[in-house]
Amino acid sequence: MKKLALEGVRILDLTRFWAGPLAARVLADMGAEVIKVEDLRSRGLASVASLQDSQMTAGLFPNGVPGEQPWNRSGMFNDYHRNKYGVTLDLTTQRGKELFLELVSISDVVIENYTPRVMKNFGLTYPVLKEVNPTLIMISMPGFGSQGPYSNYMALGTIVEPYCGMSSLMGYEKDGPSLMGVNYSDPASAMNAASAITLALFHRRRTGKGQYIDLAHIEAMACLIGHAYVGYSMNKKQPERRGNRHPSWAPHGCYRCKGEDEWVVIAVANDEEWDSFRRAIGNPPWAGEKRFSDPLSRLKNHDELDKLIEEWTTRHDHYEVMQILQQAGVVAAPVVTNKELLEDPHLKAREYYWDVPHPQAGTFPYTRLPQLFSKTPATLRGSAPCLGEHNEMILSGLLGVTKDELEELEAQGVIGTRPPPE
Amino acid sequence: MENALSGIKVLDLTHHIAGPYCTKLLAAFGAEVLKVERPGGGDISRRMGPFPNDEPHVEKSAFFLYLNTDKKSITLNLKAATGKEIIKELVKDVDVLVENFAPRVMPSLGLDYQTLEKINPRLVMASISNFGQTGPYRDYKANDMMEYALSGHMYINGHPKREPLNGIEHQPEYQGGLHAFSAIMAALFWREESGEGQCIDISIQECLGQEHEYTLVNYTHRGQIQERLGNRFEIEHPLTIYPCKDGHISMSGNFALKQEPLYLLVDRLDLLDDPRFQSARERFENADEFDAEVGPWFLERTREEIFHSAQELRVLCGPVLNLGEALEDVHYNERGFWQDIDHPTAGKLTYPGAPFVMEETPWQASRAPLLGEHNEETYCGWLGRHKEDLVRMRQAGII
Repeated sequence: MKKLALEGVRILDLTRFWAGPLAARVLADMGAEVIKVEDLRSRGLASVASLQDSQMTAGLFPNGVPGEQPWNRSGMFNDYHRNKYGVTLDLTTQRGKELFLELVSISDVVIENYTPRVMKNFGLTYPVLKEVNPTLIMISMPGFGSQGPYSNYMALGTIVEPYCGMSSLMGYEKDGPSLMGVNYSDPASAMNAASAITLALFHRRRTGKGQYIDLAHIEAMACLIGHAYVGYSMNKKQPERRGNRHPSWAPHGCYRCKGEDEWVVIAVANDEEWDSFRRAIGNPPWAGEKRFSDPLSRLKNHDELDKLIEEWTTRHDHYEVMQILQQAGVVAAPVVTNKELLEDPHLKAREYYWDVPHPQAGTFPYTRLPQLFSKTPATLRGSAPCLGEHNEMILSGLLGVTKDELEELEAQGVIGTRPPPE
Repeated sequence: MENALSGIKVLDLTHHIAGPYCTKLLAAFGAEVLKVERPGGGDISRRMGPFPNDEPHVEKSAFFLYLNTDKKSITLNLKAATGKEIIKELVKDVDVLVENFAPRVMPSLGLDYQTLEKINPRLVMASISNFGQTGPYRDYKANDMMEYALSGHMYINGHPKREPLNGIEHQPEYQGGLHAFSAIMAALFWREESGEGQCIDISIQECLGQEHEYTLVNYTHRGQIQERLGNRFEIEHPLTIYPCKDGHISMSGNFALKQEPLYLLVDRLDLLDDPRFQSARERFENADEFDAEVGPWFLERTREEIFHSAQELRVLCGPVLNLGEALEDVHYNERGFWQDIDHPTAGKLTYPGAPFVMEETPWQASRAPLLGEHNEETYCGWLGRHKEDLVRMRQAGII
């Protein structure tokens, strides 16, 4: 019996940046054999030239040191590409295309996230790929989708989040629209893509049929605030941005704690929880006052309430506040930094981090697959490939390309292990 | 055309947002989803606004209507012995069970995976919870803001001089549902060959924890605490939102590429030689000054003008749309994204369509069920009980 859920599935990963690579990595973690197909310039964002331009452009090298081969040492790249194989192929060359089509003929899935014109320019659209593999599953995941008037417009997370309506909902009270601190639509679209592919794989296993999937980030994202759209369609009312407040819970906020820039969030849903909260913080006289006695009065006097709560929280460490309040049955949590996230005792107990050793970058902890399967648990099978690391293994091993031809292709720049000089 | 999940039966013990979003996806791709609700009030989301004209009604909650399309609803009291028996009867016959109770609930009902697996070894059971089925925070309470806080997002959301800011509403719950969906599909795929079911543990904290771009790497590789930067990013500037004549516009400069197209757009080619803005780092560190130079250009123009002229120059740009504007947007509409769905009580409303368009196995969307709408069909049809039983069960408060 196969030990991994997607064992035996071969996926060609043509993706760039974050959304596509993460989607393919999720599937790799679930057991698929993912072959990252790159051209020699694709890791340019991690190359020396762009490094000079930015202190961290897509790089984040171990200890900030790019090293002799920075394209193999990017923390972000190595995060999104573990458990994958890597080959290089220049898809603008005839031979590059031929070899790619040979790979397609022995694969199950192709995943790409270019703007639609790119695959067209390569001459590698779904109908072409389907000719060599009639049961192929292919997903395209450009920001605006493969069809429609803006389909060739470019998008990153910072474009998608505002476009799909999400940014209009997020922000401090009486302030402008806000972006998340991460390009949220990238991982969220990645999870949609992984969902679409697993669904298509299931369908194919039952029927033998492949298919094409068009994933527009702006649509996948709009689905994740669908309740707000249905709500809008009822009353034609745009919800106001409310910072850390809640429409009916009070208190509901973020409070300063003892340390520097140290915060805790507290949320009280009803009167029962309010009583627990009061007791947990030692029944200060103000907490018994009429102006805070029911949810409506607490909502009305939220500003004053916040000040009084903060007098208490600033005397405590943020983890301590969580312990005290959670023991009492009140929703509270520390606002953790990246460092605290890494050291969080609960995540540690659940073995949330995998130490991933990489031959050129060293060993670092990265988050594991969040989906915990009882019978097919995800495993770490390999670090991210160095550029062109598996050229011989894949091109010769799977396609039978001779050693002589590999050398020839390398001389022509169709494959290789170093980006061309810029 | 066929449904990807035709013939797949799902027992849906979910409530609120995370679980229902997962089973909504299963239903939309063709599974038969039977939602089990509490007698009386039903799913808690039925009490969550908005409602039409702000008048609460169990059949008119925007949350419930959206998150429960294509499902069937029965009412059942899981605490009653008969309730548990009925669940076990249904489990024999289903492929998937999804639940998002607090982790102690299913075992306390005697409905843990170990028990159900014996009844149906092919069962795929997904449990979605705030912190997972194990670990020291297992029984802690949470809501979306708390999940943002404990997954490292909230600390980096918002302005550097202000308190951390809550993220986009309810994304933690939606992410829990989405992660569970892909896991269920992978488990069903595996079951086709192995013949065995399994259980899946989804912790919302963990789903969000992986949704960081370089937040963790920033610490592991450089030892840096990632700070709140407002609507800015350390990797490049502009990667931000500017106010413009009729709202706000998001500009991503030319991410790590050339600056000329952006300067051409705002008619400021002179900035190419400005010593303050030579590298991405300098543009970020001098972002206030940069914005002072280009900001006025945006204020004089509408989103529509800026969006198209920028994209023509291959400058990453997009309008900040509010909900009403997105519903009217040309691109969404030409793609046929929005769908009108009628409902006997709530009426015709506009819903988002498919999150991804599958050529062979399309998405379907029919309305959410009324509370207990499928009691008779399920208890008499599926389980073969007599109508008199139904009456008795109703009187006993079981359904």
